[in-house]
Amino acid sequence: MKQTLKNIFFLGVKELRGLGRDYMLIALIIYAFTLGIYVTGSSTSDTISKAAIAIVDEDKSQISQRIFDAFFPPMFLPAQEISLEDIDPAMDEGKYTFVLVIPSEFQKDLLAGRQPEIQLNVDATRMSQAFTGSGYIQQIISREIRNFKNNSSTPQPLVNTVIRKRYNANLTQSWFKSVMQLVNNITMLAIILTGAALIRERENGTLEHLLVMPVSPFEIMFSKIWSMLLVVLISSIISLTLVIMQLLHVPVNGSISLFAVGVVLHLFAVTSLGIFLACVAQNMPQLGMLMILVLLPMQMLSGGSTPLESMPEWVQNIMLAAPTTHFVEFCQAILFRGAGIKVVYKPFIMLFAIGTILFSLSLIRFRKSVAQ
Amino acid sequence: MSRSEQFELPAVKLEDVNFSYGKIRALNDFSLEIAPRKLVGIIGPDGVGKSTMLSLITGARAIQEGKITVLGGDMRDKNHRERSCPKIAYMPQGLGKNLYFTLTVEENLQFFGKLFGHDAAERRRRIDHLTGSTGLFNFLDRPAGKLSGGMKQKLGLCCALIHDPELLVLDEPTTGVDPLARRQFWDLVDSVRTACPAMTVIVATAYMDEAQRFEWLIAMNDGKILDTGTPEELLHKTGTDNLDEAFIRLLPEELRAGHRKLTVPPLAEDAEEKIAIAAENLTKRFGKFTAVDHVSFQIRQGEIFGFLGSNGCGKTTTMRMLTGLMTPTEGRAQLFGKPIEAESMETRMHLGYMTQLFSLYNELTIRQNLTLYARLYRIPETEVPGRVEEMLERFQLIPYAGETPQALPLGIKQRLSLAAAVIHRPQILILDEPTSGVDPVARDLFWELIIELSRRDKVTIFITTHFMNEAERCDRISLMHAGKSLACDTPAQIIAGKQADSLEAAFISCLEEADPASRENIALTPVTGTAPDTLSVKSRQRKLFSGENRFFSIQRFLCCCWREYLELMRDPIRATLAIFGAMLLMLVMGFGISMDVEDLSFAVLDRDGSGLSRNYALNIAGSRYFIEKEPIKDYDELENRLRNGELSLAVEIPPEFGKDLQNGKVPDVAFWIDGAMPSRAETVNSYISSLHLQWLDERAREHGHGRIQNSTGSVQTRYRYNPDVLSLPAMVPAVIPLLLMMIPAVLAALAVVREKEMGSIINLYVTPLSRTEFMLGKQMPYVLFSMLSALMLITMAVTVFDVPVKGSFAVLLVSLIIYSMCSTGIGLLASSVTRSQIAVIFMTMLGTMLPAVQFCGMIDPVTAQEGAGRIVGTLYPTTYMLLISRGVFNKALNFNDLYWELLVLLITVPILLGCGIISLKKQEK
Repeated sequence: MKQTLKNIFFLGVKELRGLGRDYMLIALIIYAFTLGIYVTGSSTSDTISKAAIAIVDEDKSQISQRIFDAFFPPMFLPAQEISLEDIDPAMDEGKYTFVLVIPSEFQKDLLAGRQPEIQLNVDATRMSQAFTGSGYIQQIISREIRNFKNNSSTPQPLVNTVIRKRYNANLTQSWFKSVMQLVNNITMLAIILTGAALIRERENGTLEHLLVMPVSPFEIMFSKIWSMLLVVLISSIISLTLVIMQLLHVPVNGSISLFAVGVVLHLFAVTSLGIFLACVAQNMPQLGMLMILVLLPMQMLSGGSTPLESMPEWVQNIMLAAPTTHFVEFCQAILFRGAGIKVVYKPFIMLFAIGTILFSLSLIRFRKSVAQ
Repeated sequence: MSRSEQFELPAVKLEDVNFSYGKIRALNDFSLEIAPRKLVGIIGPDGVGKSTMLSLITGARAIQEGKITVLGGDMRDKNHRERSCPKIAYMPQGLGKNLYFTLTVEENLQFFGKLFGHDAAERRRRIDHLTGSTGLFNFLDRPAGKLSGGMKQKLGLCCALIHDPELLVLDEPTTGVDPLARRQFWDLVDSVRTACPAMTVIVATAYMDEAQRFEWLIAMNDGKILDTGTPEELLHKTGTDNLDEAFIRLLPEELRAGHRKLTVPPLAEDAEEKIAIAAENLTKRFGKFTAVDHVSFQIRQGEIFGFLGSNGCGKTTTMRMLTGLMTPTEGRAQLFGKPIEAESMETRMHLGYMTQLFSLYNELTIRQNLTLYARLYRIPETEVPGRVEEMLERFQLIPYAGETPQALPLGIKQRLSLAAAVIHRPQILILDEPTSGVDPVARDLFWELIIELSRRDKVTIFITTHFMNEAERCDRISLMHAGKSLACDTPAQIIAGKQADSLEAAFISCLEEADPASRENIALTPVTGTAPDTLSVKSRQRKLFSGENRFFSIQRFLCCCWREYLELMRDPIRATLAIFGAMLLMLVMGFGISMDVEDLSFAVLDRDGSGLSRNYALNIAGSRYFIEKEPIKDYDELENRLRNGELSLAVEIPPEFGKDLQNGKVPDVAFWIDGAMPSRAETVNSYISSLHLQWLDERAREHGHGRIQNSTGSVQTRYRYNPDVLSLPAMVPAVIPLLLMMIPAVLAALAVVREKEMGSIINLYVTPLSRTEFMLGKQMPYVLFSMLSALMLITMAVTVFDVPVKGSFAVLLVSLIIYSMCSTGIGLLASSVTRSQIAVIFMTMLGTMLPAVQFCGMIDPVTAQEGAGRIVGTLYPTTYMLLISRGVFNKALNFNDLYWELLVLLITVPILLGCGIISLKKQEK
């Protein structure tokens, strides 16, 4: 037992020394956890930011001018006036995400108590902006109309709404995006470091040599896990405290040590995944392909890019097996909602289970994959 | 310069050349002239600069200091290097370093033939001739990686000879090659020289018996020349009768101090014989191929047991079974009377193993390697430093202790492996060609240790070797061929049995008896006609050196493409993964990524409980966006359920809500939105705002008043290009560019770095291949490949996802071709600036996945980005491909609308490739 721990320790130190000599890799790791996060965090503004909008004003009335002036930065770029026939070419080109058409006689109809319609054209290929933006535009228009009519006496609304956005009052996108970027980089690095390191050891014959020595596959695998886990853990804590909290001013509500525990569990799962992939792949190019196959959906479908609950049921079920889904879940809970262990114990258990399963599967395949 | 003039000049001239690797100096004010048309041998201990000198001469390595003139020109001069490289052939150290292992013998030869500009008929003639006279003809279809070591070296030589070089440089070509194959190899070199008398051949070797053949010898030590002369002269000078000893005599005093002639004391006959290693009918089959065929032997404790045989005869497989790495198909093996179990730590503690290929850590220094091995062998921590120092001293590794093995010569690496194998004083040593590539002095030192271990410490030694003088030192040897043991006895008995005069002769006759076919190999047909008539030489030379060919030759480019294509095809798993992986990803992501936020969970804290309040909640629950959960009882619960992420929205209806409403008072409804995921919060916000208005509207209508007063106008939203606001039509055209960025980039990225790690990058250094041809040649197969992938993805989009191509298909296709050139270009750029495969994978992933997903408008438009992200988004090709893809799929656009995006993509290609080519080096540093 003592010897096992020793071996794990010595082999892990070897991994760290090896990493220390790959200057390019170190540079990439530093980039990924500092500049890489900073760039993402500082460049993503809010969902609706500087949305390009144009207005076809056929009414040329007081109200149409009010609506015209209601769109301003940061949410919208100042509205451009275009003509009716310009709509198609301009939208085809992608110049505007939204084009409003205010029909003639709009103000007159409105005052006469009829129900005139404003047409809102949305470029639906613009994904998130299109969907949330149209909601905002509707609110802005109805506000303007209400204000306009208030001047000419309208009764108060029957019910007031008070909207409280918890954990991120201004819905600042960069808070979320920078943390999700950290999640992605942690996952990617952990898989690559362990998976590729194992394949390299196999291609160089060092792994075979180790298996002739009094060292067990368990020790070899575990040494890779702890050493790479340590590297990524330290980088991610530094990244969280310095880059995300200090430079990007993201307020973190929860306990960082609880987060660190979660990161360790997540890293255990993904490093095991890396080892598992390396046991399946026969050479480095195959491993590269497998990694894309696993990383891309893990990143896009974890709930970090789009909400998990909107995905089809079967996708949600598949994603339960992906460590990132649970990682994203507890990240949001701890860092933003300030949740404690009582809330996040479930993803923690899931991560540990996924890690253990992958680790055991790799252990079964390990010897075979070396001596093939 | 005419040919006759050139003969007067030395073929190679080095003047005051200095070269160092960091602190280690490999060549020290080195000056040398090599006369043309000679067979020149370079002998010297490991790590004295032999290989460095050879790689400098061939132009594979950049000169640091001094002047090197080869074939009448300065090797510093790029033009001269380009002109002369077709006249120089170089076989680097190591088995088949310049070969492509997944390609067959034929394909390897074709590749080099094409590279040097031969036409198809000429190539056929040369290949048939070269393989016919080397015995490789029957193996034309075999992948180079599956050849035995000797055949690999012969193939390497054939590849080097295919272009009639004037200067042939061989760096330890026979290291690790069995005696029979070695003899054949030298016969081949001789016949080549007969056919091309003008050729100068420079050989570095560790085998002194080979040095006997050379016309002129250069003995080197410590980056300097010890002596030069014909073998006879050197023997005469040193007064010895063989070169092994002559060489030792030439060494400075301190190096040969302690060296003495080895004698092997006889093995003490114990009354009770203990069997250390026993094998009984050991058999291993791989599919139909039998690698080891019923081999049996018993080795006594303390015996030195030699295992001899041609390359690929099953020696290594036998060893792997003895170490427990492989389980035998049949039969059994025992160590100390116990069966070998893979999991048994006990046996492994007493086992020392040295693999044929270097298998220690290149990323650790020599001292760190030894320390690690000492610890893993459970040597007590207090003894570790002492033991490591002892090994360093014993194997003369002290000057290298702080270096990593990567850059060290083969001989030093072998010594390190040996040191690691004996550091724990094992009871059984299994050594697979431990002395290949090790110089004679170090070899004797090693044998001294072996003998000491065996006789003094009773260590049982199982060793394979190609050196006959080493085999003679063994107590018993076993001759193996094609998986069978031919003879097993003491060396003297075997010689006597074959009535041969030496062990080598006995060995060869034994092999020839077992396999009559091998005899044919030696019966070389004289290589006539390898030198083509002068006319064709001239026309060929003209073709090679005419201007257009020097910088970019279509033939060489196509040749690179063809080779890369073959490598891609030889790994069907990778190709399948790439194509079907892309389709699978599209399926999962096309369905998975969804912008229409639905099924959001919410709960109500109803403090009123009136019919109106229930009606209000029902209005929200009734929409398709929200799903109602258990009602909330109090604020604490509200807080908790929001915190654990169960609810995206909590609605609080105040007390007296219904009453107030009816009395015309204005009650406040509070909404609590989970803002942890801002985009979702935005959506929730806009949903509830409109639901709220809707409820008010309906109430007003029910009560029959306010319709006129409340006329607010309405907004009718038309979602263009995607009228049903489905995510699929918006997502599918975006997934295609994303996949075609990542997959081709990673495929191409490994292409160059792998060559760097495997060593075949040397072909870029020493052949006329230019960097542009090399890079483009690597790129094209992957571009074609991603086009295939693109077509499958488009088909899938149309059939599976029902997202039709509304616009110009031609524009989509052309842009995808250009776009794949961008993505492969990114991969190649990454691979030319990195050296390790891990770094390149990480770099490519970072460089493709992040920008493509985050900054290129896939989810948030580029115009909504700020700062660096905006810049990346503007420059990155995926942005433009996304515009084209969505334009063609969703907006029915054609060339007139998209020419600008196409142009941007088109400009990106040469920029990326140019950067890649500039960062790739044509010479090693």
